[in-house]
Amino acid sequence: MFEFKLLLKNAFRHKLRTGLTMLGLVVAVCAFGLLRTIVDAWYAGVESSSSTRLVTRSNISLTFALPLNYAERLKAAEGVRQVSWANWFGGVYITERNFFPQFAVEPASYLALYPEYRIPDDQKLAFYRDRQGAVVGRALANKFGWKIGDQIPLRGTIYPGTWTFNLRGIWDGAESRTDESQLLFHWAYLNESVRQRVSSRADQVGVYILGIDEPNNAALIGERVDAIFTNSLAETMTETEAAFQLSFVAMSEAILVAVQAVSFIIIVIIMAVMANTMTMTARERLAEYATLKALGFPPGFVVRLLFGESLLIALLGGVAGLLLTWPLAAAFKGAAGTLFPVFQVSTLTMALQLLAALVVGAVSAAWPAWKMSRIDIVSGLRHVG
Amino acid sequence: MMRGVPLSYVARNLWVRRVTTLLTAGGMALVVYVFATVLMMSEGIRSTLVATGQPDNVIVLRKGAGAEINSAVTRRQAAILSTLPGIATNSEGQPLASPESVVLISLPKRSNGKPSNVTVRGTSAIGWAMRPGVKMVEGRMFRPGTAEIVVGQATADGFARVELGASLRFAGRDWQVVGRFDANRSGFDSEIWGDAELMMQSFRRGASSVLVFRLADPASFDAINSLIDDDPRLALEAKPEIQFYAEQSRALATFINILGLSLAVIFSIGAVVGAMITMFAAVASRIGEIGTLRALGFRRSAVLWAFMLESLLLSAIGGVAGLAAASVMQSVNISTTNFQSFAELAFRFVLTPQIAWQSLLFALAMGLLGGFIPAWRAARLQIVDCLRAA
Repeated sequence: MFEFKLLLKNAFRHKLRTGLTMLGLVVAVCAFGLLRTIVDAWYAGVESSSSTRLVTRSNISLTFALPLNYAERLKAAEGVRQVSWANWFGGVYITERNFFPQFAVEPASYLALYPEYRIPDDQKLAFYRDRQGAVVGRALANKFGWKIGDQIPLRGTIYPGTWTFNLRGIWDGAESRTDESQLLFHWAYLNESVRQRVSSRADQVGVYILGIDEPNNAALIGERVDAIFTNSLAETMTETEAAFQLSFVAMSEAILVAVQAVSFIIIVIIMAVMANTMTMTARERLAEYATLKALGFPPGFVVRLLFGESLLIALLGGVAGLLLTWPLAAAFKGAAGTLFPVFQVSTLTMALQLLAALVVGAVSAAWPAWKMSRIDIVSGLRHVG
Repeated sequence: MMRGVPLSYVARNLWVRRVTTLLTAGGMALVVYVFATVLMMSEGIRSTLVATGQPDNVIVLRKGAGAEINSAVTRRQAAILSTLPGIATNSEGQPLASPESVVLISLPKRSNGKPSNVTVRGTSAIGWAMRPGVKMVEGRMFRPGTAEIVVGQATADGFARVELGASLRFAGRDWQVVGRFDANRSGFDSEIWGDAELMMQSFRRGASSVLVFRLADPASFDAINSLIDDDPRLALEAKPEIQFYAEQSRALATFINILGLSLAVIFSIGAVVGAMITMFAAVASRIGEIGTLRALGFRRSAVLWAFMLESLLLSAIGGVAGLAAASVMQSVNISTTNFQSFAELAFRFVLTPQIAWQSLLFALAMGLLGGFIPAWRAARLQIVDCLRAA
């Protein structure tokens, strides 16, 4: 108890210095947590994917379409329970800044495959009935203040012209990690317009989504499906939804690696700041430590004092930073809007934040503690503050 | 007017407390390193894509397409475009206009085996002639009308399955790699080129993606642009190539800039705090000296300046160290997916004099912020108190 009191007193002897060090720690721990959360958010699509869904796309690349008549052949494949399909629309809502994903889907089968999109039955029916209808996620509707019945104009980039959709329903995610930032509309509506313009581009499907019963057979079913279309004009590539989402994340991997690297740099920066504080503290208290030694305290006591003080400051700063991460993450999510459909601070991140603070505290005290344990009493006492 | 405190006094103070100076400057160096690398990264993306365009080349896309893969130019439209007045011709009198089909294929990366999209461009001898920066470095050019392809440097280095002599299977055909070209660090280095006509047939498309032509007179863009705009048969838009490629780099470069700079600013709080702690300690441990200086007749402003200079010198050391570390990054090649074209783009970190200046100014700003309050406090001390404290 006595040692702890001494630690507290020591830690706050220089209120300004300790305050500034802690401020630095708070900023660093917060930034570290936010950066990790950003990286996590990137992987959110992978996390929220279902193991009972497979995605079939052209094996050349995602930008190549598959013929509509594959749907029946896919349905007949052993192990496939449900089939739906979607086309990436890539429209612009007012300006490019308002980016959000839009898909032309086969409504009934698509929503059946995505039970985590919870839409009231009457809205679902209204969507099915209106060929120009659309449904959106709650987060997206909130971002633009859309209400049911609103008209949403989108300027097509892949499909030329301006397209107007009637908002018929809003879904709530079954879980917090469910994507609520998309817009879905009738594939048939898109196809009809395409047929009128360029008939050769009609009846084309971007990706097929397959519902399967047994997740353990995913790989087998995928191979079976791809075998059906081998040596056809449009060969396919079937993978689990998670693998499909992961291939998107992998494309930006260089940026993610950079963000991760940078999140460790901030820890190193704060380590330098904290080590500096501890070195200065130790230097100023040289005479005191010599006195303690002269009174008969063993060198280990001085070492404990320094480590304790450093860890105490680091822990206080770390916990404050941890607590501050929550409101900051919430504010960030609000500002980023639909850019990150899911933005949550994970328990692993919080644990790592605390760990980082402790490591900073321990490393910072190491050098001064080693030095102080070795001072000889005479030169220590001779040293003037 | 009394002279200021000598600079050697300032510098020696930093030297006396080497460990502290090193730690504080080290923290700043890391922040400057992050700041400079981010700017170098977005400059690298920008300069790579801008270098892809030729000043007198014009690219024609479908209206509103935004990227080559979204665009379509029919054979009929291409024929109309090639006969427009103002297009340069080669020695045989053919117009320098090349309809090109651009598609993406998915290939595994050499580094981790994960697939990423690579741009495949169907072009022709004319299209080749319109890009003077592109040179074969290994093997030979593809022969027109055959399923042969040549691979850009960055794609050859970054992706598996594209070695010389290998063959790639897509669009129901095996395409043989017969050469490797160097596009002088432009975006073409991240592409694969083949025969336009055969590609159009293999992909069963009745249209190419874009048409690139060369202006006979670089100043005549506006005239030819209004011809294209006014022709109802052409729902197309023309852009100078340089402008088009600059737009292709904007989204990714802006994203990296915003992300990186906000990080650098947040990080700088840590470094400023570090500088402040150091400078407060410097002031506290030298109260007696400050009193002596004042008693000798140095003014408050001279004391203020001495401590400000110390802080600025500290941050300059950090800035130079950070910049030196960042300049090493110039030898690093990096590649990522460009959001706009949805394809892999390889680029380098590019350090410009402007970035170097901005980084150093950023470092000095941190020193200024961290040093001002402690220096102010030092200057406000009363001589008597100082001397008594000593």
